[in-house]
Amino acid sequence: MSPRPGFVLEVDRSTPSTLFWHGEGYRLEKLPVGSRVLYAPEPVDALPDPMGSIRRALDEPLGDAAPLRSQLRAGMQLTIAFDDISLPLPPMRGPDIRQLVIEQVLELAAEAGVDDVVLIAALALHRRMTDAELRHALGNRIFDAFAPHGLLWQHDAEDPEQLVHLGLTDQGEDVEINKRAATSDLLVYVNINLVAMDGGHKSVATGLASYKSLRHHHNAHTMTQSKSFMDQHRSELHSSNWRMGRLIAASGVKVFQIETNLNTDTFPEQFRFLQRREWEWTARDRAAFLASSKALQATPDRVARSIFHSIRAPHKMSAVQAGEVEAVHARTTENVYAQQLLEVEGQSDILTMGLPYICPYNVNSIMNPILVACLGLGYFFNMYRGQPLVRAGGVVIMSHPTPWAFHPGHHPSYIDFFEQVLAETTDPAEIGKYEESFATDPWYIHLYRTGNAYHGVHPFYMWYWCAHALEHVGAVIIVGGDRAAVRRLGFKPATTMADALEMASDTVGRDPTITHLHSPPLLMSDVR
Amino acid sequence: MKALVFERNLARFAASRVASAFGGSGRGAGVGPLRLTDVDPPDLPGPRWHRVHPLLAGICGSDLSTVDGRSSRYFEDVVSFPFVPGHEVVGTLDDTDTRVVIEPVLGCVARGIVPPCAACAEGRTGGCERVAFGHLAPGLQIGFCSDTGGGWSTGGLVAHEAQLHRVPEALSDDDAVMVEPTACAVHGALAAGVDATHTVAVLGAGTLGLCTVAALAQVSRPGALLVGAKYAHQRQLAEELGADVVVDPDQLVRAVRSRSRSLEASGTLTGGADVVIDCVGSDESLAQSLSMVRPRGRVVLVGMPGRVNVDLASLWHREVAVAGAYAYGTEDVDGLLRRTFDVAMEVVAAKGLGRLVSARYPLDRFEEALAHAGAAGRRGAVKVVFDLHARDRHRATSPVTKGPDA
Repeated sequence: MSPRPGFVLEVDRSTPSTLFWHGEGYRLEKLPVGSRVLYAPEPVDALPDPMGSIRRALDEPLGDAAPLRSQLRAGMQLTIAFDDISLPLPPMRGPDIRQLVIEQVLELAAEAGVDDVVLIAALALHRRMTDAELRHALGNRIFDAFAPHGLLWQHDAEDPEQLVHLGLTDQGEDVEINKRAATSDLLVYVNINLVAMDGGHKSVATGLASYKSLRHHHNAHTMTQSKSFMDQHRSELHSSNWRMGRLIAASGVKVFQIETNLNTDTFPEQFRFLQRREWEWTARDRAAFLASSKALQATPDRVARSIFHSIRAPHKMSAVQAGEVEAVHARTTENVYAQQLLEVEGQSDILTMGLPYICPYNVNSIMNPILVACLGLGYFFNMYRGQPLVRAGGVVIMSHPTPWAFHPGHHPSYIDFFEQVLAETTDPAEIGKYEESFATDPWYIHLYRTGNAYHGVHPFYMWYWCAHALEHVGAVIIVGGDRAAVRRLGFKPATTMADALEMASDTVGRDPTITHLHSPPLLMSDVR
Repeated sequence: MKALVFERNLARFAASRVASAFGGSGRGAGVGPLRLTDVDPPDLPGPRWHRVHPLLAGICGSDLSTVDGRSSRYFEDVVSFPFVPGHEVVGTLDDTDTRVVIEPVLGCVARGIVPPCAACAEGRTGGCERVAFGHLAPGLQIGFCSDTGGGWSTGGLVAHEAQLHRVPEALSDDDAVMVEPTACAVHGALAAGVDATHTVAVLGAGTLGLCTVAALAQVSRPGALLVGAKYAHQRQLAEELGADVVVDPDQLVRAVRSRSRSLEASGTLTGGADVVIDCVGSDESLAQSLSMVRPRGRVVLVGMPGRVNVDLASLWHREVAVAGAYAYGTEDVDGLLRRTFDVAMEVVAAKGLGRLVSARYPLDRFEEALAHAGAAGRRGAVKVVFDLHARDRHRATSPVTKGPDA
């Protein structure tokens, strides 16, 4: 039986309460009659033979690329770069998709006699992965074969010896990427695609780039010109990465791109109710919901965080394609849209969303207030094609505890950004004046290079990610958040959804239209 | 006259210490050696002495330490009992309407010591070497000397003419009562040797911290002024008074690190602020000050410390200078020698420091007043004062409050 498509429910008196994520927990909210609830399409089927599919993708590449085995030869230099800890979400059950793909690439390389192989985690300015995280992504066999010999690298965007400047795009953008990757005879990039923004030229042009390069598209201007950054035809972020990617190709860097689609089967059985439609909950779903809700209420935040971050998603690979970057990415994007798109008629005055405990930048970490903003106004708000779900001047209501809490090892510059920059201004266009001092701070650079810290400039990027939403909406309200933290973000705190809707009436009037973006699974709205 | 009198009574001293430990600062007043009683006005000790009738008298951190039984035993020989506390005073001179603030330090001139000690000869009365000698009973200042009286009384105190500063018409009584703490702050700011290239961190934003921020911004003008302030109203005031960056005290080291672009090792910044001014005076504040001052930098203790337990390894290794800044006297301001109080009056006027007076109490509600002062930050207040204007001297009134939950 094929998975059911997405669904737009209009709330009536008999509609059961709607489940909202609320950090390391959830809330049931009764939405007003007439509200719309957007349910994602059900997860697509997994590939029946993932190993065979990977093999076929490598042997039958898309675009003008030759089969991978024909590009491998003894004596060549091969670099395999792969997506980092930010994907997938939550981390998937082993074996991780990167392991499956890279094992096959390495088998082909071994058959061809290639012995100069380096693996590089494409961190961009993300934190370095721990050994345990690398083991999970690559599997013990690969980790043990490469890491002890210094052949498993993590991209260092601050090591001038490891970078090479390839030139400027026709828009004057610096293209500076990892030297090993750029100077290898072949660069194989192994990607995991969860949302339409991932992959394509962005893999190399962003994942292996330096700050000097990234600053050209990771800024407030680019993000307000990306409507949305999930829609590559209307995304300046995408355009900039494509200009850079084409320059990289024109510079002679040979990239063999391998992209994978995952299905949206996000949570294991005990949390399956999260991605079911409420009126279809079974007695077991209700029992699981009640039991976990009660247990979480009595659980300290730290323990609850630890429980949720130990979840391994049952994601399965639903497609894999390889070859020339643009041809591959076109197919990947089709697959993402086929799984996630939901046609929605018109915008609404209010958009509500429940935010989970995890986003791309807090795997095994704390969802700090800046990341809450980024997940809601960056990711969820931008999960649209056509026009935003909420009208210009409308209100976004997000549900999340938004604790005034930060992981000091992972997000050191976030703390200072929150305390010093957001205390001054929350305008994405204004914060740019502080960017360079954070980006070049030797302490943040030290922690990024030697610890497990996000780069000093990273909180700015999170805030730029919100720029389009902040420009578009009239107000942002967070339900159930730490009031001081919410205010520091420039948003309004509300205790309950009813309070939030009452507060929203100041902006959108007393009889607003309401749309709720139900998640999980992930869903991308095609707003007509 | 009615006055609050502090007597030597070891049992009550111990009781106040216990009460403040459990009830909070200022709570020792009800059980301690402080009591409201009728006393005779002090005699004039000699010619060139005057009577001052207090209008407002502030409650200072050192007063609270005394009331709470927490002050250092160091002071035992430089005070004389019984004494009437109160050294932050604006009052009227003799039987006129002339308003004066008193410079309470009892130096050689006031004590009739000729020739004066070296410090007094240089105008550094705060450094007087004879505070336990001369024709007066021992006492660092008016408010700690049994011969002079103090500001917490309806009948007044006596002060030598060298201790009197006329209050300009433009200054309100609230402004004027802030002159003495501001003078301490001015002295501390100037003792720090700050210049326009310096990054200065101020730890603590109670009365002394905020006055220090004002003094630094007005007189020293450092390159960057960072302040650690615990409460929202303190943060707002610190910004208004001229701080460039105001953060929670827990975040001050981070802010200094960020500004100085330091690295960190062993819980200490490798660089740091050129000057840290500690307006708290606790173990924690001194440790924090040492962790964020740069090598060969300077930590100035403006807040009165007591016995502290601090690891001085970083001080030794990084050759940090720690200096006290007590009281006032004469300052070198841009090459000119000026009385600290004159500079302080300018700072008070320029920064409108009268706004720091948050609550006034009549003398007979001293227990409430001291409890309020002891919890000033938490209750949204800064400076709590006794209101001794004639209309209030013999009847209880509700405190005049300003600000949130002041």
